[in-house]
Amino acid sequence: MLRRLLGMIPTLAVISVLVFTVIQLPEGDIVTSTLDRLSATGVEMSDERVRNLRAQYNLDQPIPVQYLSWIGNFITGDMGFSYLYARPVNELVWERLGYTLLVTVGALLFTWLLALPIGIYSAVRQYSVADYAFTTAGLIGLATPNFLIALILMYLGYTWFGLSFGGLFSPEYLNAPWSWARFVDLLAHLWIPVIVIGTSGMAITMRLMRANLLDELRKPYVTTARAKGVPPLKLLLKYPVRIAINPFISTIGLLLPALISGEAIVGVVLNLPTTGPLLVQSLITQDMYLAGSLIMLLSVLTVVGMLLSDLLLAWVDPRIRHERA
Amino acid sequence: MSEPLLTVKDLVVEFRTELGAVRALDEVSFDVPRDCITAVVGESGSGKTVTGNSIMRLLPESAQSSGEIVLRPGDEEPISISSLTERDPRLLDLRGGLVSMVFQEPMTALSPVHRIGDQVAEAVLCHRRVSRETAWDEAAAMLEQVGLTDVERRMRMYPFEFSGGMRQRVIIAMALICHPQLLICDEPTTALDVTIQAEILVLIRSLQRKLRNSVLFITHDLGVVAQIADRVVVMHDGKVVESGSVRQVLKSPRHPYSIHLLASMPGARTREFSQ
Amino acid sequence: MSELDQLSPGRLAWLRFRRHRLAMIAGGVLVFLYLLALLCEFISPYTPEQRNARAINAPPMEIRFFDADGRFHLRPFVYGLDLTIDPDTWMREYRDDTGTRFELRFFAEGEPYRMWGIFPADRHLFGVEQAGGEYFHWFGTDSLGRDMFTRVLHGARVSLSIGIVGVGLTLFLGVLLGGFAGYLGGIADAAVQRMTEVLQSIPTLPLWMALSAALPAAWSPITTYFGVTIILSLFGWTTLARQVRGRFLAMREEDFVVAARLVGANDTRIVFRHMLPSFASHIITTATLAVPAMILGETALSFLGIGLRAPVVSWGVLLQQAQNYQVIVLTPWLLLPGAFIVVTVIAFNLLGDGLRDAADPFSNPGKS
Repeated sequence: MLRRLLGMIPTLAVISVLVFTVIQLPEGDIVTSTLDRLSATGVEMSDERVRNLRAQYNLDQPIPVQYLSWIGNFITGDMGFSYLYARPVNELVWERLGYTLLVTVGALLFTWLLALPIGIYSAVRQYSVADYAFTTAGLIGLATPNFLIALILMYLGYTWFGLSFGGLFSPEYLNAPWSWARFVDLLAHLWIPVIVIGTSGMAITMRLMRANLLDELRKPYVTTARAKGVPPLKLLLKYPVRIAINPFISTIGLLLPALISGEAIVGVVLNLPTTGPLLVQSLITQDMYLAGSLIMLLSVLTVVGMLLSDLLLAWVDPRIRHERA
Repeated sequence: MSEPLLTVKDLVVEFRTELGAVRALDEVSFDVPRDCITAVVGESGSGKTVTGNSIMRLLPESAQSSGEIVLRPGDEEPISISSLTERDPRLLDLRGGLVSMVFQEPMTALSPVHRIGDQVAEAVLCHRRVSRETAWDEAAAMLEQVGLTDVERRMRMYPFEFSGGMRQRVIIAMALICHPQLLICDEPTTALDVTIQAEILVLIRSLQRKLRNSVLFITHDLGVVAQIADRVVVMHDGKVVESGSVRQVLKSPRHPYSIHLLASMPGARTREFSQ
Repeated sequence: MSELDQLSPGRLAWLRFRRHRLAMIAGGVLVFLYLLALLCEFISPYTPEQRNARAINAPPMEIRFFDADGRFHLRPFVYGLDLTIDPDTWMREYRDDTGTRFELRFFAEGEPYRMWGIFPADRHLFGVEQAGGEYFHWFGTDSLGRDMFTRVLHGARVSLSIGIVGVGLTLFLGVLLGGFAGYLGGIADAAVQRMTEVLQSIPTLPLWMALSAALPAAWSPITTYFGVTIILSLFGWTTLARQVRGRFLAMREEDFVVAARLVGANDTRIVFRHMLPSFASHIITTATLAVPAMILGETALSFLGIGLRAPVVSWGVLLQQAQNYQVIVLTPWLLLPGAFIVVTVIAFNLLGDGLRDAADPFSNPGKS
């Protein structure tokens, strides 16, 4: 357990170096790009002020020192300053990260609630018409980019119902304090991004469940249980399904990066108050402190998610618990 | 002797495959008398296992069967197993209740994620309305009967913590816990070490003496037949080629295949050479 | 010996593959799409930047054989468009003008172009008499009056080739790193293993986004194209590397490899002469299944405006025009490139599935 926790640290360290390298890539740095911006509006700064500014951001230091101070600040909760929004990154990200988490976890649950039963059905009724239909639908879902699904939903919503989708709140609740009504409004908006993002993972989850269950159904312990006289439905759910579901807990780790990726782009299309649009904005305007912090936070989220899925798996599967002990 | 417990008559089983129908059993007929061990012997592919699975109605959906399988429980109406529909509630009573089965692969025949005790107790709960505690206690008693020690602790363990021999004892306990009239053992010792094999055979024999049920013992090993069985059915290529008491078949086999089978035993051959 | 025993492994795989009717169809669709992309200058009736001021945001035009009076015409034709502007909403509305018939003809003369950027030409596979002021927009036009059908075909060239080039790079990285990790073992193995683990736990899209946003805006289209392709491959190699590593680990102990080593073959020779060929089919399958991820990645990046940029035309760049719902509601045909993406990805998936079944000597798709 502790070893698993410590194992996260090198992973996160490598990710942080990667992210730092990436945010260093664009030419120039915060100060030069700010200067460019200022000189475009006709404001000139003295060389001394420029030097002071560079010192303030540690830009006069060698790169490794810059990295250490960046990551050091990040760990202590200071994520720097976004000049795009002229506010500390801290103030910008937390609420959005919360909504990202909400949408992502929602999408994960949606994927499972729909895809697992379908996978079970497809396995039990292998090669039936419904089996083929589900497989086809899943394939189409897999092949359609998330943002295209969002666009099509928007189009259909407008032409069929005259609705305009987007955002997580109706205008009147946008800046309102939390209340029951605001919460209901959130739920009324939440299902669209959840479905859109969840669709991409649907096909793979269905297929995996179907294949896993078909494998399990052929195993001798199923016959043993049948020979014992366990009623068919109870047998299906208690034995093979129970075991075929286990690997899915570990696929959280694989699905999560994909879901977070999907959220980033769907957030832009559906205009969600999540991290996605912020990230795109910050990247386009090269607001690299903001971008770096966001990518770092999303990676931490993923790694923690993977850890949780490992723990969960150990909790439900005695074989793995045994190995660890 | 009274009426046999089980009668199999003209049993034909065919499997639909891509290459057309494959006949696994061809008009198989034999009886299983009460209170003794009947062995079904033959090489692999001769249809032994299909016969056992037919009695339990455990054949896959691709199988088509005809013929008659009748079970005559001592105090109840005879049941025609072959004519029960898949949804008949009597089928669930039959499986694990009147007839139960022990399988070849003890390593995979138990669910890896459920505790031993729960798996054995479940058999009780499937057939009688008793509380979980009662079922658990009965399971404990049965596990002790099959020679498991430290039962209360072991019941809380998982199959992967058990050796092959121990698992096979658990499966036997699971099969016998509802006092079935017929126990089908499908090569129960093939996957085990030789020393463990002997222990399990002794266990099956002694439990049969004690419980006075019938055992249908499926094997390819004539040595095992000689050691354990009272009667023997010899199968070859989906057909019954000979049946009778063990003494009669082993001493003076009548069918050419039985003679061949006997001659191929290592012990038999040494005897031939020494003579 | 039966007839079956005498078939070569390759022939056996082909026979198995042919059983997969869907995979065959998918393969056909892909060949067709790639041909379209290869010959896009010739097949498309316009050039991608050519504008038609008389048909801005025009809807797709229907190819007809029967005119409004129900008369049959051997030569297919389209009706010209009649533009009205709603005086209240200022919305443009196009209606078929049944008075003007534009006949379609093969090898029509049109805007001059250079085939593959080399050979000058001005004939297009089909079109209308542009010199006479006729026009034909099968998929409609965008807000600048550019022909969508032409742009979709040109987009196909970029999007489809990025899939192949990207997978080529991925293969190179994956086989190289995975192969040597599996073959050498020890520290090399541990390092590659760690690296794949880390890369697999990062949400790829944000990192792709960051990297491609870092590509200098001043780069030429072709440099950006390769830049984006490299970025896409940079994170795609992990899955393949893992599989290759696993195979190598298993195969290192196999008799034929040991035998090769005993007769004194060196490492490179063993890897490239003995081990790679023995699971080439597996690699081809994985590569086929990896193409869609590349295409979808490019599409997503370009759609967000941080991948390929105009004047490059790719399916993602085309979809970028349809980002808000006013546009989608008024000009839904701008989503047509999306349909091509979906068809391509499905086709690659089906083909990959078919190949996998065909390549696996132990598979039995009939029974599964």
